[in-house]
Amino acid sequence: MAQVKVYSTPTCPYCIRAKKYLSDKGIAFENIDVSADEEALKQMVDVSGQMGVPVLVVDGDVIVGFDQSRIDQKLGL
Amino acid sequence: MQDLVIIGAGPAGITAAIYAARKNIDFVLVSKDLGGQTALSADVENYTGYQFITGPDLVAKFEAHLRQFAITFHNGEAVTRIVQKVGSGFVVESDKNSYACRSVLIASGRRPRWLGVPGEEQFRNKGVSYCATCDGPLFSKKTVAVVGGGNSALDAALQMMNIAEKVYLVDINPALGGDEVMRRKVQASPKVEILNNTKTLAITGERFVKALKVDVSGQARELAVSGIFVEIGSTPNSGIADFVDRNTAGEIVVDCLNRTSARGVFAAGDVTTVPEKQIIVAAGEGAKAVLGVSRYLAQEK
Repeated sequence: MAQVKVYSTPTCPYCIRAKKYLSDKGIAFENIDVSADEEALKQMVDVSGQMGVPVLVVDGDVIVGFDQSRIDQKLGL
Repeated sequence: MQDLVIIGAGPAGITAAIYAARKNIDFVLVSKDLGGQTALSADVENYTGYQFITGPDLVAKFEAHLRQFAITFHNGEAVTRIVQKVGSGFVVESDKNSYACRSVLIASGRRPRWLGVPGEEQFRNKGVSYCATCDGPLFSKKTVAVVGGGNSALDAALQMMNIAEKVYLVDINPALGGDEVMRRKVQASPKVEILNNTKTLAITGERFVKALKVDVSGQARELAVSGIFVEIGSTPNSGIADFVDRNTAGEIVVDCLNRTSARGVFAAGDVTTVPEKQIIVAAGEGAKAVLGVSRYLAQEK
């Protein structure tokens, strides 16, 4: 099973949509709230080179934003 | 050939698709996203039937309603151009596909307006944001600037004064606009410094934003900020149809039946000249437009 991390904030609409999408598809993921965890925010900036949320990391591959077609592709949905 | 291609899946496009499905029109829905600007709205308190709902929740309701019908929805596909064919009909081209059709409904909405200053593009998502609701929490205890003076700028400033250490509100006008209630709250906050008569000149930084260069009533000033929220209004996504009449603001001119200047091309929602950019207005316009399309198709056949 793919390792999925979601860097998000609680208010960001695209974060909410991305997490709901994964849940609806039955994909387990680790949610990281970067508004509450400064270290995690730095980590997100390091892996993605930018500050926009959400950032998804699927088996080491970084997807910036709620990019449904890339998520589908990476997860074979 | 399809009877209709609906472009955009915000309130106008989704409502249009629901009506088109119920009218048994042979159509496809093509959109770069689902929900449009509604998906980015924080709180919605004026959509009939919902005393309070968030933008994303309202979009989820729209989507559930839409998915009741067996429709063809190409989500994540941006329309790049509409081509008028000689004789009759159109080809709608996207970044992935093209669709021949008898009629088109443009419901492509609006996008945030950019400042157009050096550094803006370079630092986009690297400190420059067009959505305080989305990215605001990343600037906890930092200093940020909000550019703009209307309701959306006041809304961003109100959100940021609860998160950031300090908020500069950079307004090009001599006095703030927007609603009195919101303006008072912003003006009363010790965290907010309001700069009127202030022009934005450039955004600078290294990997991320470090400063916003401004001109305050003729005096150059450099604001040390790590975040910049641009809230200076929006611009219609009407570039895909350069052959239809548009007003000086770029909005597609429609009559009361949602017809554009080109026969067979209809438009609805925030991309049009219809006043009041509201979710419920856009939804209503989407419904009205498809009923017009339906009559048009019946006449043509």
